[in-house]
Amino acid sequence: MTLLAFDWAFLLEKLILIAIIVLASLGIALYTTFAERKVAGALQDRPGPNRAGPFGLFQPFADGLKLIMKEEIIPSTSNKGLFILGPGLAMTAALMTCAVIPWSSYIEIGGRKIELQVADINIGVLYVFGVVSLGVYGIMIGGWASNNKFSLMAALRGASQAISYELAMGLSLIAVLMISGSLSLKTIVEGQMADGGLWNIVYQPLGFIIFFICALAECNRTPFDLPEAENELNMGYHQEYSSMKLGFYLFSEYVNMIMSSAIMACLFFGGYDIPFLDESKLPVNTAAILGVVSILAKIVFFLFLFMWIRWTIPRFRYDQLMNMGWRNLIPLALFNMLLTGAVILWQQG
Amino acid sequence: MNTIQVLFFFLSVLAIFSAVMVLVSKNPVHSVLWLITVFFAISGHYILLNAQFLAIVNLIVYAGAIMVLFLFVIMLMNLNADSEPRKNLWMKLAGVISGGCFLMVLISLVRQTIELTGKTALMKEGNIGLIKNLGKALFTDFVIPFEISSVLFLSAMVGAVVIGKKD
Repeated sequence: MTLLAFDWAFLLEKLILIAIIVLASLGIALYTTFAERKVAGALQDRPGPNRAGPFGLFQPFADGLKLIMKEEIIPSTSNKGLFILGPGLAMTAALMTCAVIPWSSYIEIGGRKIELQVADINIGVLYVFGVVSLGVYGIMIGGWASNNKFSLMAALRGASQAISYELAMGLSLIAVLMISGSLSLKTIVEGQMADGGLWNIVYQPLGFIIFFICALAECNRTPFDLPEAENELNMGYHQEYSSMKLGFYLFSEYVNMIMSSAIMACLFFGGYDIPFLDESKLPVNTAAILGVVSILAKIVFFLFLFMWIRWTIPRFRYDQLMNMGWRNLIPLALFNMLLTGAVILWQQG
Repeated sequence: MNTIQVLFFFLSVLAIFSAVMVLVSKNPVHSVLWLITVFFAISGHYILLNAQFLAIVNLIVYAGAIMVLFLFVIMLMNLNADSEPRKNLWMKLAGVISGGCFLMVLISLVRQTIELTGKTALMKEGNIGLIKNLGKALFTDFVIPFEISSVLFLSAMVGAVVIGKKD
């Protein structure tokens, strides 16, 4: 009976890796909510949450428990199936991105080489784009199924914002792909780690700035949090949601932030590369663990940047947002692409 | 039955079931969502044929962009199950007949152009669908049709802007 004949150890290894990555992302997301409130507190010169546990460290668990215990309300005029599908889709799309992120090189356990990446597919970057474009459905379906005009307007805003900024994001990415010559995130990182290779940020400062702005918009973060502009829309696309469904929407935003930080780290900041250190001289397992620490440090840095911007810059107006996306960022990204192409051609002679 | 066959049948059944659901659903929003499932199943088929690039582009363009615009229109027009126009039986019958005729033309076209007897689809092998080979083919052998179609897209874009512009 060889119905499904393949390497079961391989499957087990990948399943364990997926479980670890998903749980770690959720754990980090949990503490990102805490960090956000602490950073907000620091920037506004107040202590932030400090009641639950030492330094308020148990605050996220208290928040989570509260969200789970709250009464579940499904509006009677809503489209029930889609109302439940919405937050699930948002969370799934947010977590799916982690499949192609290389968290480190590989570790060896008992002579078995285990890659610390779930799938090294040759279209890695495009996969990320595919998943990101699906994340829009979570917002749209949730907003529409709520059967509330405010939710619908917010959902349409969120979707049009995401589509608009995806274009500039893709165009700024093409310049990076021209340099590295591959769509696989692992190859891109290895290109930056190679001898004499510099991080892509050195070659693509403009590309990084465009990508970062687009990432802010894709994650619906301030100054682009138009879908949640509570002074115009009451609350946003998740207005009718309560309990853990609301929690999923809020949480998926943080997971999105982590994933986009990881992707920025891989594309522009050398991924799991440690600057000024030749990893190939270290023992394999040590190098892999140091690599994980390195990429996590970069992620934490970007998360802090996200929060810093959120508590510093006020929200854009909707027409300003669209103008910036279509009239400034896209031409700038096209120019960056042209420049990169010209320089590469010139270097090749 | 090996893994590929299991996946093939699963994806085929999913695609056909979802396609039927697109037509049967009373609510236009449900139809759009089922259509997205169809695109997913077809992308799965592309992956089985080792054309990852086509698979993901199919998802980004159709499921990620075009269907979002479909949803936009449907949500903004607030089309609901009860506002859907009822077509009478003759219209449905005419639709079935014309659709069947079109299918027949397509099948006969495919049968006449390529010799299909004794050939099987290349599963998990063949590399024309990979991005490198596809790019080379597009920019060398098929560069003229490729550029002409890009001009077509450009003119469509200009047309959309002209129509959409208020004066």
